Amino acid sequence: MSETLLEFKNVNVHYGAIHALKGVSFQAKKGEILTLIGANGAGKSTTLRAMSGMLKPSSGEVLFKGKRIDGTRADHLVAMGIGHAPEGRGIFANMTVEENLTLGAYLRKDKQEIQKDLEHVYELFPRVKERLWQVAGTLSGGEQQMVAIGRALMSRPEILLLDEPSLGLAPQIIEKIFEIIVKVNKEGMTIVLVEQNALLALEIAHHAVVLETGSAHTQGKASELLASDTIRKAYLGE
Amino acid sequence: MSVLKGLWPLGAGLVFLGLLGQIIPQVMNPYYFSILIYAGINITLASSLNLVNGLTGQFSMGHAGFMAVGGYVAAFMNMSLFMDVHFAGMPNYVSEGFFLFLSLIVGGTAAAILGYVVGLPSLRLKGDYLAIVTLGFGEIIRVLILNMDFIGGARGIPGIPQWTNFFWVYGVALVCIVSINRLMDSSHGRALLAVREDEIAAEATGVNTTKYKVIAFVIGAFWAGVAGALFAHFLTYLNPSTFDFNRSFEIIIMVVLGGMGSMTGAVFAAIFLTVLRESLRPLQELTQLDFRMVIYSLMLIILMLTRPNGFFGTKELTDFGWFKRFKKKLGA
Repeated sequence: MSETLLEFKNVNVHYGAIHALKGVSFQAKKGEILTLIGANGAGKSTTLRAMSGMLKPSSGEVLFKGKRIDGTRADHLVAMGIGHAPEGRGIFANMTVEENLTLGAYLRKDKQEIQKDLEHVYELFPRVKERLWQVAGTLSGGEQQMVAIGRALMSRPEILLLDEPSLGLAPQIIEKIFEIIVKVNKEGMTIVLVEQNALLALEIAHHAVVLETGSAHTQGKASELLASDTIRKAYLGE
Repeated sequence: MSVLKGLWPLGAGLVFLGLLGQIIPQVMNPYYFSILIYAGINITLASSLNLVNGLTGQFSMGHAGFMAVGGYVAAFMNMSLFMDVHFAGMPNYVSEGFFLFLSLIVGGTAAAILGYVVGLPSLRLKGDYLAIVTLGFGEIIRVLILNMDFIGGARGIPGIPQWTNFFWVYGVALVCIVSINRLMDSSHGRALLAVREDEIAAEATGVNTTKYKVIAFVIGAFWAGVAGALFAHFLTYLNPSTFDFNRSFEIIIMVVLGGMGSMTGAVFAAIFLTVLRESLRPLQELTQLDFRMVIYSLMLIILMLTRPNGFFGTKELTDFGWFKRFKKKLGA
């Protein structure tokens, strides 16, 4: 149907002697939400880090728009169009919310367009706009997550990588954040979502990869995985 | 932070310092004058270390090493090449000023190159590890100098021409502060702050973290080298033991006491500590006991207990309400 934006081909990652990713392959299609789910230590964050250039795979290929990007530095990938909201939010705690957002557009020079994107982020997150002059470290966890996503959007990426946006947040807030993720996706953004909360992730995703101890255990349409008995038993706790 | 826009405040400041430099040595007693000079050199050292430790969040403990390199290179160059060179038909202070300036640049550049060589591999390390590597580097420099006979070894180099004066010390401090201030105002400055706040997040927003850490480190080393050159040409004598790790700690204390990341704090603490150490001297004569360093350390402990974020925290002079009101009154 639609073209492949990002692809993993038989990717292996080692942390010293530990074989963290064992020949993982999958594709993220343009305009879709792809979710990586799995238990702790399954390799979800490692996969995302290999995507965003934070670590170099020991073998295999990572392709973005058909070009190999494994081993490319993280800052270059941002320039190429890969936006990343790191795990644990990773906001700049001593800076104001506005400074956080402008730093997201750090590599861009087009001031007018940056302003437009700022307005867009305010539209997505009215809460963020209210807190513009507040020091980011004093925000609640949910608001910090919104700032982190907003900041990643500010680089005007073609694909957005989200690392556990629900981490440590209240269910109500999680729902709100997921609504926004869907909204951003509807605007045409391709999203790779790493989640512990498999049920929620499968509900909003188009495709899913289930990781288990470093390999892609199952992958397919999110709706099918959601209906499959084995997946429900293993990951959704039923 | 953008109080110092344009070039005119810098120019005006330098002219003002030049005039002040004519008056001060005439009216000030030489002992107080030497304290004033050391305070000025310490301002440059503390401000430049603040760029690395305070603003970029990398814990360097080797500032004295860079200072030593700058000092020795500048002194060696001037003593072997330019000490007796005078420009025909011009007063001495022109040639002295010219060669001092040249040696500041050369000394600073030598320190900066070394900063690059040391920084590139070691800035991949974080926190404690970087501190240990830079501490080790400082000691290596000192021991190397100790074993180099052509620059005096353990005997040190005596007889360096005394060319440093009030204008050069405070001119350098001014240029150093203004340049760091401008840097922090630019997008590069925001990148440095981002590295301090969260390295992973900085990388995720497209900041080349290694590059910026090295840039901050190299600039810091440059100014330390310049300060070392000024120091050499004021004291007229260099000895490797002047640049041991105590010296590095002294500068770190200035940065921490002033408030990590506050330029105002670094300047204030540099003056405060230089004066404090000297002002305790009469006590020693009075009691005939060397209590000076005990009291000095005690005061540092009390200060850190009562103001754990330093005098200024991360605030600058321009962040205070009264300063903003003052600026409004001026119509700026």
